[in-house]
Amino acid sequence: MVFSFDLLINAVVSGILIGGFYAAVTSGVSLSFGILDIVNIAHPAFIILGSYIAYIANATLGIDPILAAIVMMPVFYVLGAAIYQVYYVSFEKRGQESLRGLAFFFGLLFITEVTLVLYFGVDYRYVEARYIGPSWHFAMLDIPLRILVPCLVSLVLTASLQIFLTRSFLGRAIMAVAQDQLALRLMAVDPIKIKRIAFGISIATASLAGAFLIIIQPVEPSVGREYIGRIFAICVLGGMGSLPGTVIAAMLLGIVESLTSTFYGPSWAPAVSFGFLLLTLAVRPAGLLGR
Amino acid sequence: MRTPVFLLIWLVICAAVFVAALALGNDYIFFAGYVVLQYVVLGTAWNILGGYCGYVNFGSAAFFALGAYSTVAIYRLITEHEFYRMPIPVLMLIGGVVSGIVGFGMGYLTLRLRGAFFAIATLALAVVLQTLVVNWDYVGGSRGAYIIRPEQIAPFGNYIRYLFLIMMLLAVAAITTARLIEHSRLGYGFASIRDDELAAEASGVPTLRLKLIATTISGALMGMAGAPFPYYIGYLQPSSTFGLDYAVNSIAMPLIGGTTSWVGPLIGALLLGSLQQIATVTISSAVNLLIVGFLLVIFVVIAPNGIIGLIHTYLQRKPEDFVGRRRVEAEMPGQVP
Repeated sequence: MVFSFDLLINAVVSGILIGGFYAAVTSGVSLSFGILDIVNIAHPAFIILGSYIAYIANATLGIDPILAAIVMMPVFYVLGAAIYQVYYVSFEKRGQESLRGLAFFFGLLFITEVTLVLYFGVDYRYVEARYIGPSWHFAMLDIPLRILVPCLVSLVLTASLQIFLTRSFLGRAIMAVAQDQLALRLMAVDPIKIKRIAFGISIATASLAGAFLIIIQPVEPSVGREYIGRIFAICVLGGMGSLPGTVIAAMLLGIVESLTSTFYGPSWAPAVSFGFLLLTLAVRPAGLLGR
Repeated sequence: MRTPVFLLIWLVICAAVFVAALALGNDYIFFAGYVVLQYVVLGTAWNILGGYCGYVNFGSAAFFALGAYSTVAIYRLITEHEFYRMPIPVLMLIGGVVSGIVGFGMGYLTLRLRGAFFAIATLALAVVLQTLVVNWDYVGGSRGAYIIRPEQIAPFGNYIRYLFLIMMLLAVAAITTARLIEHSRLGYGFASIRDDELAAEASGVPTLRLKLIATTISGALMGMAGAPFPYYIGYLQPSSTFGLDYAVNSIAMPLIGGTTSWVGPLIGALLLGSLQQIATVTISSAVNLLIVGFLLVIFVVIAPNGIIGLIHTYLQRKPEDFVGRRRVEAEMPGQVP
């Protein structure tokens, strides 16, 4: 492989852009796994669900996928709240979340994937929008709009989530529920309700992340599996539950993956996230910006 | 029951099943039965770590595939250099050792942290091993690898009968191992980790060492189940070998059967495995996976202790019942009203 400066710069920039998208994908898990301590491994399945909804809206009504995803966010919120209610009643209340709760989410992941396969088959689906196709050229840089747009919207999403968590009453209550449930209860706040809201929000982000995913690449039902390693690697590396940490970690992973696929071939990229995950767990389990 | 007696009974049962299957005269029984037995081994292996220690392994497919691909690598080596052909039990041992080592390494890196990290790492392990295999041309890469299965083998006739018998013996070995662990110091240590790891650690249970033993045994058994698989299937392809169905089945079977004893995974695997074989033939293979997913979710929500748990509660609810009374008497002699 011939080493060239152009290639390097382009790889780094596209890594940063992809990293922005990864931040959106991971912010939901940072909320559920990082803050609420709910190991929602079914999150990628909800993202794929979001992709397919954006696809249907785009293919039948011609709506912009991102717009469709924003419209669908309340529905995902309700879905998330309902799932948390089932999870709470059947596992958290009984103190069985570690084994059976995990199996529950794994079952959800599996059911979603197989249902999508049954309905849509394993063909790759894609959407159409004005920003898919053209790219901007700056000197030697080459920025495809189909990655730039999701990256920017995703940064807006992550930033507004961060502001919500640190500034609003509800957001602070969500942060508090992670620290001390009993204290929250003494302040006359129902921790279960707060957690339900937070989990709903976490699933709502999956709707938007799904739309980004299908804008960036064609989607088929099992694509989500590649994201499990990535999502949790970013979440752990960023420091559980820290959104700024999530963005930094997402960009880091994006850059390393992009360099790997440029210089070693794209088939090696999935292994990068696992290396990241194991390295973080072995060296610094608290992550970059861990509490 | 003493272990030799237990083993003997199972061997007699196996002989009976084998003879009965031969008497039916249809080799399809062996093809379907092999898959069910394979799931008995996978479910039992998963349960040694998941059910006894309470640590969830989502990477069953990875350990299974490691076994299968070590067979492929050896097969390539042998056909290229014209070595002596290795019998399948030896291949199984090699597959078991490889998977056991990987299980140990994974456990060492992640088990010192909270349980969820181990679960996530196993999930990611499947993706990464698949990446490695896809990029490794020696074992076929993404195109897959062909293994030529001998048509006949000396005393058994058709080769599939031989594979079936081997898998049946492995299943017996797995069940016996699980039962041995259950009634030993090791098993009590595992149970203490499952119930309260902090308290166990504080009472001097060497939790990390026990967890590593569990991951190694569990991984090794899964690898052993995978080693004969290339000979069964004939054509091994990464995306199906690393498929999510192995992972979901080996979790669903113990959880549906019941995780606290060796009986649970056995019941779960026999029921679910046979159901799937029937559903694959009569409906379709995608639908049968959907059935497994739904059963898993329904069982963990409604019947957390599986079929075994359901039977137990049924027996305890009816103390007048003869079986129930005998159980109560056996547990508390002289105290039955």
